[in-house]
Amino acid sequence: MNTDSISIELVHCPIDLASLQTKIADPDVGAHGWFFGVTRRRTTTNDPEPKITQSLSYQAHEPMAEKQLLQIAADAIQRFGLTKLVIVHRLGDVPVGQASVVVGCSSPHRPATFEALPWVMDILKRDVPIWKCERYVDETSAWVHPQVSQESDKTP
Amino acid sequence: MQIEVLLFAALREAAGRDRITIDVSDQPTADDVIQAIADRLPSVAALMPACRVAVDSSYVGPDTLVPPNSEVALIPPVSGG
Repeated sequence: MNTDSISIELVHCPIDLASLQTKIADPDVGAHGWFFGVTRRRTTTNDPEPKITQSLSYQAHEPMAEKQLLQIAADAIQRFGLTKLVIVHRLGDVPVGQASVVVGCSSPHRPATFEALPWVMDILKRDVPIWKCERYVDETSAWVHPQVSQESDKTP
Repeated sequence: MQIEVLLFAALREAAGRDRITIDVSDQPTADDVIQAIADRLPSVAALMPACRVAVDSSYVGPDTLVPPNSEVALIPPVSGG
């Protein structure tokens, strides 16, 4: 999903970081800001021992996620005066250490890019209908639903 | 009337399928949808108070009427990123 200033993508393969540079390039910007969210191995739970994650799998309500991401991007452009913004979220299995989400933005001066990135990520993590399932090395798995302490641990 | 509701993540896992058909009153609110699914999927009832309803890919409030022939999705707390 693209406009002149916004690029939104849900992908089912590794995110091609190099190709994203051109999406926020513009001769009138002086700053490119990037955030890469990568999948983490250790999860802190109520148990004394942290869970060790082997891989994560992401699921989405795809049409709604695209619509929400587009709205967040449009709001961010307006709010921070950005020139361009790209958001890519990966779905399906993502091995530990790989990028699950990338946000890139450009603006004439750096403060706008520094401010926009955490704002975009906070709204994304609150509203965009994407979920991760953590698969642990002990062969259990759990969907992650923040705000509730319930964990639907189950054996495969 | 009957409504088909899209399910995701732990809700989908609990139902064993990606959508569920529920019986509701003729003018159901979003909250009626949540209640009906809580009754059908007791194993994830604890998740229901934190769920939101989306109609045609937009969140709606608990008192919003769900129009017939719209796409209805139950959105549990999200964990993207």
